[in-house]
Amino acid sequence: MASERFVYVTYIASTPQKVWDALLKGEVTRQYWGHENVSDWKPGSRWQHVTADAERRVRVEGEVVEFTPPERLVLTWRDPGAAERTRVTLTIEQVGKKVRLTVLHDELRPGSDMLPKISEGWPRVVSSLKSLLETGKPLDTWS
Amino acid sequence: MQVFACLSIPGMRKSLLASPALERPASAAEIDRVFKALADPSRRELLDRLHARAGQTLGELCEGLEMTRQAVAQHLQQLEEANLIAVQWEGRAKRHFFNPVPIHEIHERWIRKFERDRLAALRTLKRTLEGDSDG
Repeated sequence: MASERFVYVTYIASTPQKVWDALLKGEVTRQYWGHENVSDWKPGSRWQHVTADAERRVRVEGEVVEFTPPERLVLTWRDPGAAERTRVTLTIEQVGKKVRLTVLHDELRPGSDMLPKISEGWPRVVSSLKSLLETGKPLDTWS
Repeated sequence: MQVFACLSIPGMRKSLLASPALERPASAAEIDRVFKALADPSRRELLDRLHARAGQTLGELCEGLEMTRQAVAQHLQQLEEANLIAVQWEGRAKRHFFNPVPIHEIHERWIRKFERDRLAALRTLKRTLEGDSDG
């Protein structure tokens, strides 16, 4: 069965380590993403995407598939309680003086409930991350 | 030169520096590439095709187009350099994906958050009225 796949790419004037930290460290993600990614980051461990407010609601969860700092992070990705399990691969590469961040979200069912969330969510997240690292200010998307 | 002259006027400096364009000089070349890539109808058609069906190869994109394979390859290259297309290799197949991130950045730069709902309402109105006139 054909599965759907989305790819998002941004070039950031930064270093691979800073981009990696910006994806994982709560004090950074809450500034541009409004959420924190919580796990011990061992392959096979659970990870959770939780709101950065006092409620700490779990919005996404899954398992850590691969953790290779500061280059590659592979996660399974599902809505809490949902049966569908999708996959996200984050790749960080140095290209000239910039860092290319690629988000590959795949293993999606055609017509999946997750499609609109992905196509609205990832462009905002990566644009806001780029803005924070390059200017010190995130986009006002989650304010 | 005039722009830099303005920066030296007391009182002007702060407001000019507050504009995103001046805070992010590195992105000026990026945004030029995006608008140049989008200025061509053939390249927009290629983006439409990839938006409708993601992951197509050069061969698949050439089907039904009145362009040589070489011309399509050059357009794809330009779209890739503008970061409007992302590429994924699958064995020997080079698959192309529409990457909306640069267009999202343009949107963020000029559309304020509070305007979004009203703009969506206007778009729906236009669609409804124009749809009615068609029928």
